[in-house]
Amino acid sequence: MERKIRVLVAKPGLDGHDRGAKVVAAAMRDAGFEVIYAGLRLTPEMIIEMAIQEDVDVIALSILSGAHMTIFPKVLKLMQENGIGDKLLTGGGIIPAEDIEKLSVLGVGKLFGPGTPTRDAIEYIKSWVAKREKK
Amino acid sequence: MNKDMERVKKRRSEWEIKKNAQAKDRDIKFITVSSEPVELMATPDTIEDFNYLRDLGFPGAYPYTRGIHYNMYRGKLWTMRQFAGFGSPEDSNKRYHYLLKKGQTGLSIAFDLPTLMGRDADDELSEGEVGVCGVSVSSLRDMEILLDGIPLDKVSTSMTINSPSAILLAFYITVAEKQGISLNKLRGTIQNDILKEYIAQKEYIFPPTESMRIVVDIMEFCTKYISQWNTISISGYHIREAGSTAAQELAFTLANGFAYVKAALERGLATDDFAPRLSFFFNAHNDLFEEIAKYRAARRIWARHMKEKYGAKNERSLLLRFHTQTAGCSLTAQQPQNNIVRVAYQALAAILGGTQSLHTNSMDETHALPSEKAVKIALRTQQILAYETGVSHTVDPLGGSYFIENLTNKIEEKAEAYFAKIEELGGVIAAIEKGYFQSEIARAAYQYQKEIENKERIIVGVNEFTDEDEIIDIPLLEIKKEVEQRQVERLQKLRKSRDSKKVETALLALGKAADSGTNLMPEFINCAKSYATLGEMINVLKEKFGEYVEPVEF
Repeated sequence: MERKIRVLVAKPGLDGHDRGAKVVAAAMRDAGFEVIYAGLRLTPEMIIEMAIQEDVDVIALSILSGAHMTIFPKVLKLMQENGIGDKLLTGGGIIPAEDIEKLSVLGVGKLFGPGTPTRDAIEYIKSWVAKREKK
Repeated sequence: MNKDMERVKKRRSEWEIKKNAQAKDRDIKFITVSSEPVELMATPDTIEDFNYLRDLGFPGAYPYTRGIHYNMYRGKLWTMRQFAGFGSPEDSNKRYHYLLKKGQTGLSIAFDLPTLMGRDADDELSEGEVGVCGVSVSSLRDMEILLDGIPLDKVSTSMTINSPSAILLAFYITVAEKQGISLNKLRGTIQNDILKEYIAQKEYIFPPTESMRIVVDIMEFCTKYISQWNTISISGYHIREAGSTAAQELAFTLANGFAYVKAALERGLATDDFAPRLSFFFNAHNDLFEEIAKYRAARRIWARHMKEKYGAKNERSLLLRFHTQTAGCSLTAQQPQNNIVRVAYQALAAILGGTQSLHTNSMDETHALPSEKAVKIALRTQQILAYETGVSHTVDPLGGSYFIENLTNKIEEKAEAYFAKIEELGGVIAAIEKGYFQSEIARAAYQYQKEIENKERIIVGVNEFTDEDEIIDIPLLEIKKEVEQRQVERLQKLRKSRDSKKVETALLALGKAADSGTNLMPEFINCAKSYATLGEMINVLKEKFGEYVEPVEF
């Protein structure tokens, strides 16, 4: 049997607006992913710990508070330091285009803004995993 | 009358046969924003047992369906209250002076996430969030700067703060005292609606029971000393933003309202002493009629329950006064100028629904905090409604519409069914702990998203009428990085310069009061005066009360 794609959905930082994170988590579950919904107010360290423990392929973060330029680089750095730099870090929220570009240069995966169909994020993750498996 | 009704029914069925034979509907679902089916048309028999005096009455009279004032906006226009706050206290202070100069009539303070979560600017978890979503206030010093030059006896101030609301109120009171203003002159609102935090916005700190105690402490204190202050703004806004339907917004909000009433009664307060100072805060989403029905039903339900269940005698206890904000969740990142139009329709719903105050969102809020230009357009939208469209000249113009009355009845029935369900679960707090509200809302949010993705619901610019290769060309507000550093520096300077003995004594007294169960407000004020910080006060209480962890539902 094919292994299900495992995704950790989390909300780092202090913000509690979890509508987007939950909708995306539900859509991924319905698309056949194994979704670990980590919940709210997680530090980057906690996220990394869970990602390792749950052996996920993808970390998906929802950030609406404007703290993305602090949090994404921090999580990315910790991923590399903890030997999971080969996993995908992606996410969504209220993130201006130029910040998305800056984060992409650092190595963060695609970030999705308001109005994105959930299937875009799902297809993106699927193709990322497929590409990785070819390597 | 009855004979007339028989004739209407007969003619209606004849008409329906003709209609079905000759008219073909477009092949789409005709549903509201809340996914409720919509009737093509209502006729007198749709609301067969409609009783004007029982169901509507007159504006300013029980059950207030038509509005809470005799002459509504002829007497006084709604308050145009734009929620604002960002960056340092200096930055926000400048924005408030700007808004007051442009004709805004009330202040509305947005705090940043660290403040909302009771954390100081120099807290480890505050990194990257200081001054981003709102203004950073960690101590009385910040509040003094924030309110500098604003006459607190002349403006009414709304503060959107929940878990640490008592502390921010203590800061505000202390600044007013320093301006030489007596407390009974202060007018304003603190949101202080902790229940909806557990349900929707998730900015909780303590467990529900302890949080409710602080809420009632505030009610008790304000009833005695700041009689013009609205002690809770019972909020459906965030419930809706989290993805609920209109009926859920209405029902969960009013259920929370009744829970506060019960808690205050248990403390020994008298309904008519505190109920007049409860106010409400609703969302205005895209579905014009559904929203109007929601506001009308809200007034009627509140009045009936307060009168029949909670023994209110004072008329003011029966009045559901509410603020409205247009739906942030309805705004699109795509073609952001379209949001100006959405906001205008939503604002119209709020006015036709009889709101007391209104915030209109800015077009750019799916990208960043609003720029000055975008805020101005949002405010002008309200002014155009108020001064050009004529809608403010008349009261409840849709009252008596078969369609609207039916919609109002239906949403009221739905709310009553939810009240029964919540009761069955053991009340609001028990239902929160069981994750009931959270999963109801998550389900509705997912349903809405699926409708968009299946194109059963069209959102202009998002899943239809899209612009390929769109470039967003509106100016965005940028928060300067220095804000966090400046706030941290100011706070650390304060910690060194204040009388630390005084701070210690005040914090100790706060801890004691937490244990003994006496009212915490005087202690918060005392702490504020000593320049104890927000985080320091919250930490004392965290030790006493513990921290809440929610059940996870998605």
